[in-house]
Amino acid sequence: MTIKLNGEPYELAGPSTVAELLARLEIDARRVAVEHNLVVLKRGAFDRTAIADGDEIEIVNFVGGG
Amino acid sequence: MDTFTIAGRTFRSRLIVGTGKYSSPAVMVRAHEASGADMITVAVRRVNLDRTKESLLDFIDTSKYFILPNTAGCYTADDAVRTARLGREVGLSNWVKLEVIGDERTLFPDNEALIEATRVLVKDGFVVLPYTNDDPIACRKLEDAGAAAVMPLGAPIGSGLGIQNVNNIRIIREFARVPVIVDAGVGTASDASLAMELGADGVLMNTAIAGAQDPVAMAESMKYAVRAGRLAHLAGRIPRRMYATASSPVEGLVGR
Repeated sequence: MTIKLNGEPYELAGPSTVAELLARLEIDARRVAVEHNLVVLKRGAFDRTAIADGDEIEIVNFVGGG
Repeated sequence: MDTFTIAGRTFRSRLIVGTGKYSSPAVMVRAHEASGADMITVAVRRVNLDRTKESLLDFIDTSKYFILPNTAGCYTADDAVRTARLGREVGLSNWVKLEVIGDERTLFPDNEALIEATRVLVKDGFVVLPYTNDDPIACRKLEDAGAAAVMPLGAPIGSGLGIQNVNNIRIIREFARVPVIVDAGVGTASDASLAMELGADGVLMNTAIAGAQDPVAMAESMKYAVRAGRLAHLAGRIPRRMYATASSPVEGLVGR
């Protein structure tokens, strides 16, 4: 299935949770925030939030800024 | 000790520094240390999916520094609110340096959208520190909307022009019942001192330090500049006079 990840198409082999997606991307869940179809997720919800075909996921972190 | 408090949180330093534009993370870390600041700003952006870049948080001791996420680059209230909510879920702070930009060339704030976003985020439990124009009325409206502090610009972001409207900053300080932090426009140490002499409760800067030829030395100078300006403000300066008043006695002069 294809999702939109940070604005770009992204292929996922099969059903997945947000936690599984982060693990696959080798992203430390404690360092990021995730938005699923425009809803900001609590970190505790990562492993029970299922991603479906066509979903939009935004993963953000802190970068340098003023 | 002269501390200052925003929304119940007390800071030792009145200098707030950014994390952008440094030539390397190592220079940033040393500049932060030299600045003596205990609050630092960060931006919220999409992660780099190829994992080639190190995480900013690898270089920030969050037990030492309080993190103030910003909404830089947002041009609508909705985008700013969305970015603030994402920043909060990173889990280090429910504070936000709220920016809603109205124009790309000047990066001046869109006050109408800023006030709207402030209202939404305050209702949502945020401690909101809006970056605003040097306009006392806009600051008053932000305060009425629930802002925990107001952050008028000294000059356009990254311009280094220093405080362009000294009198407005003074009036904003007189009107405000919340802390006033001069945010943006500082070019060198005297600009930071002036902000503090005018009665500002704090100064926020990024480019003035990160863009200096020696950012670590400039960070240290800003530490002293903010302290010096604060002390001068508390000390109460002499009135300005048009003519001289002699410092030495006028009596007892030899040969008179």
